[in-house]
Amino acid sequence: MDQLGARPVEARGLVKHYGDIAAVNGVDLTVEAGDVYGYLGPNGAGKTTSLRMLLGLIRPSGGSARLFGRDPMLDGAKALQGVAGFVESPRFYPYMSGRKNLELLAGLDGGGAKGRIDEALDTVDLSDRAKDRVGGYSHGMRQRLGIAGALIRDPRLLLLDEPTTGLDPAGMRDMRTLVRRLADGGMTVLLSSHLMGEVEELCDRVAIIRSGQIVFEGAMADLRSQATDDSAYRLRTSNDEWAYTVCLAQVGVTQLVAVGGELRFRAPEPVAGRLSVALVEAGLEILALAPQNATLEDLFFRMTEGDPTPAQVAS
Amino acid sequence: MTTAGTASVYRWEIRKLIAQKRTYLGLGIAVLMPLIFVVALSLHAGQPNDVAFGRYVRDSGLAIPLVMLIFGSIWLFPLVTALVAGDIFAAEDHNGTLKTILTRSVDRGQIFAAKALATATYTTLALALMGTVAVVAGGIASGFNPLTTLSGTRVSVGEGLLLVVASLGVYLIPLLAVASIGLLLSTITRNSAAAVVGTLMVALILQLITILPGLESLRPYLLPSQFDAWQGLLRDPIDWSPIIRAAWVCAAYGLPCLGGAYLVFLRRDVTGG
Repeated sequence: MDQLGARPVEARGLVKHYGDIAAVNGVDLTVEAGDVYGYLGPNGAGKTTSLRMLLGLIRPSGGSARLFGRDPMLDGAKALQGVAGFVESPRFYPYMSGRKNLELLAGLDGGGAKGRIDEALDTVDLSDRAKDRVGGYSHGMRQRLGIAGALIRDPRLLLLDEPTTGLDPAGMRDMRTLVRRLADGGMTVLLSSHLMGEVEELCDRVAIIRSGQIVFEGAMADLRSQATDDSAYRLRTSNDEWAYTVCLAQVGVTQLVAVGGELRFRAPEPVAGRLSVALVEAGLEILALAPQNATLEDLFFRMTEGDPTPAQVAS
Repeated sequence: MTTAGTASVYRWEIRKLIAQKRTYLGLGIAVLMPLIFVVALSLHAGQPNDVAFGRYVRDSGLAIPLVMLIFGSIWLFPLVTALVAGDIFAAEDHNGTLKTILTRSVDRGQIFAAKALATATYTTLALALMGTVAVVAGGIASGFNPLTTLSGTRVSVGEGLLLVVASLGVYLIPLLAVASIGLLLSTITRNSAAAVVGTLMVALILQLITILPGLESLRPYLLPSQFDAWQGLLRDPIDWSPIIRAAWVCAAYGLPCLGGAYLVFLRRDVTGG
């Protein structure tokens, strides 16, 4: 039994040093029961290292990680009760069939795991290929077998490390549908990804990691509200060349660029108001002047790489 | 750590060994070695007079496995043992499957114990196979006749067979010490080839030391010398001193290696894969 009311995942001040390099530096994560939690960051940000520490595969240099109140470093396999998943791509014995691999894992798990193999293979749509050697499986099939290996543990918490990496678009769609289905069934999911769109589609809470440190943790809705950026504008006029000159002359307008038949710039709201008057006084017809909402992707770039360049905004 | 959990992991370690070609390579060597010897003996006149029991190989098939023990001690049996001992942890690293099994309901200690036991099982099986094939092939070639011991007394076929089995048992002691060295290198190097070759190199270097002049006083305490301990059983009366020495000398080599491997495996970070 886990500790009463303990959260599925609770990491506090998690640190992992490799020599002088801090791969993870003071990470706090809190995953509540029922969350579909996105752990988002660019490659090399420290996501996989964090997940390895959560699963007890590597020893933290500092801080603590608890799964349902248990520390994997202190409680060993007991800390993984009710927990399943994989880090990086799931790995199996290539000289055994998919089913044999699952039987092996079920043998290590004990309990009723063996009885769940058929159902798990069905869930990931691998029943037909279960007798084939894993050495002949495609990357996508191995990913799905990884999920099946997790499901036979009948977990309450599923940890998935970039489950769609390396999959073709159809494979990505199927994997996301599967994760959504499992989450809808009440499973708590912690999913790492470097794809903002994937996290936006699947998750209700998110932590963004950059260079080993958390730069945002909260609800997806809170992240979306931060994405709206009132200081960026898009402008279309009857004469963009002349409008460009007017904009340049307007004090307070910055980052002015002409992109795809329109102008984009940053300015405080009062400056944008004065600019509209100036444009009209210059004899220009304003076809469109609207605040430009940054996408979550823009926000992600800004959080993980610093302010986006004009080119990034334009794209 | 529960015994049932360890037993479950052990069963799967055995199944994994059964599914791997490397296992059959080692067992194949153990089977072929006496067969090649017996065929060579049948095709050519004479016998290996310079090794113990060499002069009796045409008198009794029971002498064949004993000669095989002497021939095999230099590098063959260390190689057969190293093939699995050096691979059993390193292969999990290479395949990336260590993380797969370490995120299930078994502790690292259970996995280590099961892998060490599976290695010992394989080593025992390889030796038993060699002994069985050597006795059968030798019996067919030279006859199931009474065996002449190192003291010159002749023992019946039944007693000779018992002595052969007991000799194999004593021979297993230094082999398990070699296996422990292989397990240590397998956990430290995380590379099958390095661990297998490394184990063999350690065995060969120790072998070299035994023949260096001026180191005679060290010889009884070197691992390769313990491969001759079984010969004490073939004396009349039985000389237990080399067997007892083999037990503690091999423990002195094997247990620190096994303990070291255990600690490394228990504390190591599982990265990669």
